Amino acid sequence: MSIQPNSKPKPTEPWRQRLIRGLLYGRDVDRAVKARARVGFAMLAFGAIYAVIGFRLVTIAVVGDTHSGRRAAAQDAVATARPDIVDRNGEVLATDVKTPSLFAEPRRIVDKDEAIELLTATLPDLDTGEVRDRLMSKKGFVWLKREITPLQQREIRKLGVPGVGFLRENKRVYPSGPAVSHLIGLVNIDNQGIAGIEKWLDTNGLADLHRAGFASDRLQKPVELAVDLRVEHALRDELMKAKEKYSAKAASGLVSNVRTGEIVAMVSLPDFDPNNPREAHDPDRINRLTTGVYEMGSTFKTLTLAMALDSGKANLNTLYDARGALHFGKFAIHDTHNLGRAITLTEVFTYSSNIGAARVALAQGVEAHKAFLKKVGQMDRLRTELPESAAPIVPKRWSELNTITISFGHGIAVAPLQAVMGINAMVNGGYLIPPTFLKRTEQEALEIGKRVVRKDTSDKIRYLMRLNAEIGTAKSAEVIAKGYYIGGKTGTAEKVVGGRYSKKQVLNSFTAILPADNPQFQVLVMLDEPKALPETHGFITSGWNAVPAGGKVIARIAPLLGIEPRFDLPPSDRLILAASKVTQ
Amino acid sequence: MISREQRTPFSEWWWTVDKLLLAAIIVLMLGGVILSLAASPPVATRIGLDPFHFFNRHVLFLLPSFIVLIAVSFLSPRQIRRSALIVFAISIALIVATLLLGPEVKGSRRWITILGLNIQASESAKPAFVVLAAWLFSESARRPEMPATSMAVTLLIMLVSLLVMEPDFGQTMLILMVWGAVFFIAGMRIVWVMGLAGLAAGGLFAAYLFVPHVAGRIKRFMNPASGDTYQVDTAMEAFSNGGWFGLGPGEGIAKRSLPDSHTDFVFAVGAEEFGIILCLALLLLFAFIVIRTLSRAYSSEDLFSRFAASGLAILFGIQAAINMAVNLQLIPAKGMTLPFISYGGSSMISLAYGVGMMLALTRLRPRVEMESIGDATAAPTYA
Repeated sequence: MSIQPNSKPKPTEPWRQRLIRGLLYGRDVDRAVKARARVGFAMLAFGAIYAVIGFRLVTIAVVGDTHSGRRAAAQDAVATARPDIVDRNGEVLATDVKTPSLFAEPRRIVDKDEAIELLTATLPDLDTGEVRDRLMSKKGFVWLKREITPLQQREIRKLGVPGVGFLRENKRVYPSGPAVSHLIGLVNIDNQGIAGIEKWLDTNGLADLHRAGFASDRLQKPVELAVDLRVEHALRDELMKAKEKYSAKAASGLVSNVRTGEIVAMVSLPDFDPNNPREAHDPDRINRLTTGVYEMGSTFKTLTLAMALDSGKANLNTLYDARGALHFGKFAIHDTHNLGRAITLTEVFTYSSNIGAARVALAQGVEAHKAFLKKVGQMDRLRTELPESAAPIVPKRWSELNTITISFGHGIAVAPLQAVMGINAMVNGGYLIPPTFLKRTEQEALEIGKRVVRKDTSDKIRYLMRLNAEIGTAKSAEVIAKGYYIGGKTGTAEKVVGGRYSKKQVLNSFTAILPADNPQFQVLVMLDEPKALPETHGFITSGWNAVPAGGKVIARIAPLLGIEPRFDLPPSDRLILAASKVTQ
Repeated sequence: MISREQRTPFSEWWWTVDKLLLAAIIVLMLGGVILSLAASPPVATRIGLDPFHFFNRHVLFLLPSFIVLIAVSFLSPRQIRRSALIVFAISIALIVATLLLGPEVKGSRRWITILGLNIQASESAKPAFVVLAAWLFSESARRPEMPATSMAVTLLIMLVSLLVMEPDFGQTMLILMVWGAVFFIAGMRIVWVMGLAGLAAGGLFAAYLFVPHVAGRIKRFMNPASGDTYQVDTAMEAFSNGGWFGLGPGEGIAKRSLPDSHTDFVFAVGAEEFGIILCLALLLLFAFIVIRTLSRAYSSEDLFSRFAASGLAILFGIQAAINMAVNLQLIPAKGMTLPFISYGGSSMISLAYGVGMMLALTRLRPRVEMESIGDATAAPTYA
């Protein structure tokens, strides 16, 4: 490396230091000027740094409250308001009540041990371990106890524990308790519907409304249901009595408006109290009318005979061979009352002849049978407002044997509500109307209703059902509910126990229409495994338990439904059949 | 009042000292008292002391600090150099003693107890070191035959190695930054500025790789979900709780859960109780002190005064900026106190010493006097 001697300004500086200096600071630079410029630069740099900090401060101040943001998130979880649910007469079935809920903001609690001690002393049902876990968490917000009483709230206020507070929540209350349990469903702790109509409300816009924040208190119109609370109470009361009397495993009942498809009452025992959600999860307490599927037994004969009448291939007097058991392969079909002769189609119904029904169906053929059941909605899952529903169990391969058993209601399992819909269509003039839990007018029903059988078929079915109450298996109901001109069909379905049909365990049903000359309502009563009593002479068939129970139900609810009793009416052949012929 | 007729040391001081700067510093010290009242009682209660323990000591240290501040501001540049040399020597000796005798707290030795006082010697070493470095750099410009730059490097290595042994990475970083800044102002070539910046980045990266807790802090800053960010989260919450005008004195809650509410996070505590307005005022105060000193240094004719005043201002300014930036989650968490606001006895006296020197070096001086300060034979600058 060479150093230019003449560029050395001062001889006193050793060349090595001069080199270092040149390298470090640069040659021939006025360092005083440079230093000044750089102090200026430092000022700018500090100005910039402090400006950034200032900007950050202002941003925080303007954006403000992440805290209130968090509170809003908590508010989101807070049970939001739901509309009241009322019955068809405006009686409240479900409503919101404001209750305080206790929360904590663990970060704000100074002495957590003290807080835990005081809170658990005031609310003895709080679990100390759980409270400890929650308070020790680093979360900004934890619930401690939802829905406390005003008295507890006052006591906690008096404790003066910092970092705990109350939020007003909406607690769902069901004033009628278990009466409407399956129908109305229930909500969870956050007031979100988890079953029944409550869940339907959520899936039909209420949840969206909540998310948008519009579901504020009193702005919501009450939801009107088709159910009549008085009828519901009467039905439930009678079913409870019957269930107890016959020591049945379960009892269920349904009252449906045949012209609109409205469900006026629905009870499935055992039920639960929606105010006590713990009960609702018991599998024994399912809704047997929509969620359970059953072999409906002889009730299905109504459909079988309607099919034959509607086809035009048979009339009320068509004869069927019922002399002996019907043999099919290795199976033999027997009747309870074997008449040992050829019987008419009318007698098939009134004597509830399995052999007769089987022959009626066989005469129509397998395909026609399948097509008819499909048409009257027995093959597909029935969906209503209630989210709980079950698909029917239909044979995968449908042979003549299936047609034989299905003709009298075995070998196909449907939800009872589905059968009710089918029978409604058989008696209301031939319209299949999907059932609903909401109010519906006849006009609306006619718009969505689908004709499935001719009117005269429907008339004949009404005649058969009425005849059944006059001389057939439904006589005992006629005695109890005299004057309402009821018609009905019984069903005694043997339950499958251990792979075989049991004679001891049966599912009995009674399907009644009232009044038979101009049906307005259908009443279904089902008893699961009723036991024999001395007064039933050891019989467990439907006519001995479900029918009298149904009669009592009708006697109680007919006045509520506005049906006046009429006495001294002519028998069915004159009142119904004759009228039917006149109109044709 | 103070007459210009008679020249007394006091009247001379009064007419030459930067009174606005002095006022700003006094306001800052008073602000520290108020914030200490807000931030320290919960901490004292938490560790089982009298609630006003820290506050009382804060106020107690205020008086000697103020005396030091004023007394130092009377010194001439030459006296400042000499006193800095003495203070630096004592501080170094104390740091060595700390390393040998001091108790280990949280894995490092930073404190030594002398005559019942807990002393953090690195605090007093900082301003003295800055002044010495500034002096050496100015000498290198004035008297090239002296190996001043190499001495400055030696001085740096000595202090930094001691600080690393403690270990105290915060102070080390601060020292490195300020030393680099003074070197930069002294005229270092841009190539070297780049080089040093690169070196700093490399050092930081090395620390990230090899020092677990540094890596942890950086990771947590980059991705808050990766670890416990309780302190900074609480601090941020305090800012937003406070809003523009604060919750009011005594209403803050962050101070009850922040372990360092009276030292590292006093800014956040202040924000919660007195609002962002107060924070902006504090920020303006700091900015004013730093930029005012720098601008005085800018117009100073004397190289040493210019370098030293800028160095001290930068030391003060960077420390404040780091603390506020950490509080506001702008940079990874780094323990750094807020000058005059955070609690800390020895740090307050050291700050007073540093700021006193700032005042002294920014005093207006006649050119005659200034030239008589330096070596009579000192030529105008080289190059």
